[in-house]
Amino acid sequence: MSLLEIKNLNISYKTRKETIVASSNVNFTLERGEILGIVGESGSGKSTIANAIINLIDPPGQITDGTIKIDNKELQNNEEIIQKIRGKKIGFVFQDPQTSLNPLFKIKDQLIETIQTHLNIPYEEALKKSINLLQEVGIENATKRIEDYPHQFSGGMRQRVVIALAISCEPDLIIADEPTTALDVSIQYQILELLKELTKKRNLGVVIITHDMGVIAETTNKVIVMRHGLIVEQGNTKDLLTNPKSTEARSLVISVPPTNKKIKRFKLIGPDGSEITSSSANLTKNIIKTWGVRKNTNQKLLELQNITKIFDDQSISYRKKIDENAVKAVNNVSFQLFEGETLGLVGESGSGKSTIAKIITGLVRPSVGKLEYNGLSLYNSKRKYQIDKSRGQIQMIFQDPYSSLNPRFKVKDIIAEPIKFFQKGITRNDLEQNVNDLIDIVGMTRKSLDRYPHEFSGGQRQRISIARALATRPRLLICDEPTSALDVSIQAQILNLLKDIQDELHLTMLFISHDLPVIRQMCNRIIVLKNGIVCESKDTETLFNNPLHEYTKELIRLMPKIESII
Amino acid sequence: MIKKTFNKMYDTDIGYSFFNSKIAIISSSVFFIIFLCSFFAGIVAPYNPFDPASVSLMDAFTPPVWSEGGNASFFLGTDQQGRDMFSTMIYGSRISLIVGFASIFFAMILGVFLGVTAGYIGGRYEIIVMRVTDIQLTIPTILMALLVDGIARAVISRSMHDEMAIYVLIFAIGISEWPQFARVTRASTLVEKNKEYVSASRIIGLSNIIIMFKHILPNILRPILVIATIGLALAIITESTLSFLGVGVPPTTPSLGTLIRFGNNFLFSGEWWITFFPAIFLVVLALSINLLGDWMRDALNPKLKKR
Repeated sequence: MSLLEIKNLNISYKTRKETIVASSNVNFTLERGEILGIVGESGSGKSTIANAIINLIDPPGQITDGTIKIDNKELQNNEEIIQKIRGKKIGFVFQDPQTSLNPLFKIKDQLIETIQTHLNIPYEEALKKSINLLQEVGIENATKRIEDYPHQFSGGMRQRVVIALAISCEPDLIIADEPTTALDVSIQYQILELLKELTKKRNLGVVIITHDMGVIAETTNKVIVMRHGLIVEQGNTKDLLTNPKSTEARSLVISVPPTNKKIKRFKLIGPDGSEITSSSANLTKNIIKTWGVRKNTNQKLLELQNITKIFDDQSISYRKKIDENAVKAVNNVSFQLFEGETLGLVGESGSGKSTIAKIITGLVRPSVGKLEYNGLSLYNSKRKYQIDKSRGQIQMIFQDPYSSLNPRFKVKDIIAEPIKFFQKGITRNDLEQNVNDLIDIVGMTRKSLDRYPHEFSGGQRQRISIARALATRPRLLICDEPTSALDVSIQAQILNLLKDIQDELHLTMLFISHDLPVIRQMCNRIIVLKNGIVCESKDTETLFNNPLHEYTKELIRLMPKIESII
Repeated sequence: MIKKTFNKMYDTDIGYSFFNSKIAIISSSVFFIIFLCSFFAGIVAPYNPFDPASVSLMDAFTPPVWSEGGNASFFLGTDQQGRDMFSTMIYGSRISLIVGFASIFFAMILGVFLGVTAGYIGGRYEIIVMRVTDIQLTIPTILMALLVDGIARAVISRSMHDEMAIYVLIFAIGISEWPQFARVTRASTLVEKNKEYVSASRIIGLSNIIIMFKHILPNILRPILVIATIGLALAIITESTLSFLGVGVPPTTPSLGTLIRFGNNFLFSGEWWITFFPAIFLVVLALSINLLGDWMRDALNPKLKKR
């Protein structure tokens, strides 16, 4: 008898215009002691299945057919049973530990409330049990920490508390929906280890939903690959990753950036299953004609000297002196960027990598330090940004494709605006030609020019973003986590595109990411940041093969590796 | 052609929500009818109450047609000067609507400008603007309008006053309504300015004016539209209150409030219709706009939608 058995599950969302099928004919089983991974691109219906198991599908969503059984007990549409089972037999770990705990209650109260709801034990005993749970999930000094509020814990600690909550009533099944997506690499590693350990110790069944193939490779026994609500392939993790049969699974596996070597381009799989090798090289001819031929002279293009940033240094206090105790988002960072190279900035959240990008582009003023572009200082003596010094040659591609395009502008106006700004009096024909050339290189059809951003997917929007950044004829392109909001196969496409553009147009790039494998594929040189301080700055291959700094070593050791299984 | 545009309208989320809300359809039709009537007052109204030649004192105090002594040519009766009530109300609502629209437009321009600039520029400028808004919000609308009106009376000469009355009124109501706009606009601007498309525009080097009014403003129009609609009803009521208190438009060109004030004098001597009909008319007008505003707030903010 399986712990969890899902048979022929159909879920659909009825909207006014159409019925969206979120899952159709889904069948799988899960035994005790097993970790099952569900992967798929966004919108493939992975989370819907998880929500269906605990009956948390919001209207207009509806389970139209099928059965969900736990220990042979039918759960579906039976609110009485599900209420008893939810929390007791099934524990749930959500993606964002910031929002899944109630900020107004102490950890103690949240744990005890859950325990007493399901287990009939007195308060004292529940308290004791809670403390034991916290110790079990690795929170030190549990007797004292249990009196704290959620905000007093860090992100990783909070996720541990959420896991403690999930296992508090000795469930048989844990469902974890993207449990580590919001966390840094080192914490992700700890959380996944914790889940693996609990599975073994308590003989649980675990369902992990993720889009990260590295996580799948390192933790799961079984994998389900989903697409458009259908299971396209399922099986043993090792078999599936080494020898994927379906196009979707192959495409997922092949587009994952390898962690152990540098490849020239990402391979892509087309919808028919064949490999795509085309590049956008021939599309850039027109652009090169209008830009003029560029050559890389390996000159110094950008230089940061002792840049320090303390937030709130100007608005509240008028003290001129820098407080030594203030938190420095960026602490005495200096580096140089040479023409034609790609420099990677890597670090966990809060390491100051985005702040550096903002300082270079003038969105944030540095508290101390000098910034030179092409030999000209970008900040004057009053620390005001001199945007005319760089004349649009520094451009940026942002992380979130959903907020980086103005929703009220047509694509053609988004791309045309910077052109019109830098070439006042450009003729209509030239402008149109320019816009067409730009949309061509980023690999979109010209028809898309007359549409609005909301009509495109995340990857397409990121392409539009790139076209806009190229419109000012930049020399330096700053990419701030350009693919972290995208699915892996789309990520591979965008990274290929960025590589092509850089090669053809001789751009210099500053590539910011928390994702080490991506950084490895994209960059010539890497700077590792931690808490605003530069830990190590080296050539990519040297860094990966021979890291010197403790922190770099740890990052490389802990990153989830898809190769670990193959 | 018409069917095609209708289908297209129905297809949008707003259109769908509109055509599936009885309240929205009824209130907007009522408002639309009143708006058209007052716009084409010269055609709709059987008499021109502002033309002394067409008014005869002999007809004064004629009750509505269904009461005893009613006259078929004056459907809703006449007032103390013999003016047809129905025509006077239509013309009166025109003045009410003009004052309402103009003052809310004035308030919107002022409030939105200050709100966007305060939200975007920030710093000391923002603190000053927002404190002024806070201070003004503590002064009741009517009091503020009375204050402006009083100052205007002192400044403008008596002979000019009747002519200028309507502009003074627009200014008075507008100046007392702008803080609402400034607050909402600033709040929305603060949200928008942190979005990456604004950063992208700044990196390109676009000027602050262009970023504020070409990029941010179109994205925050929805909440502004909602308060403008609800504010319109409020402005019309404020105008009527001021006219009722006798500081609004002059009696020669009566608005709904002025009519209610006149009628009020005769309420207890049996001529109830002089105050009753304008009052009902005002209620219907304000209610229809308010309900429309309520629907709009729900339709434009999907987060508020009930499951």
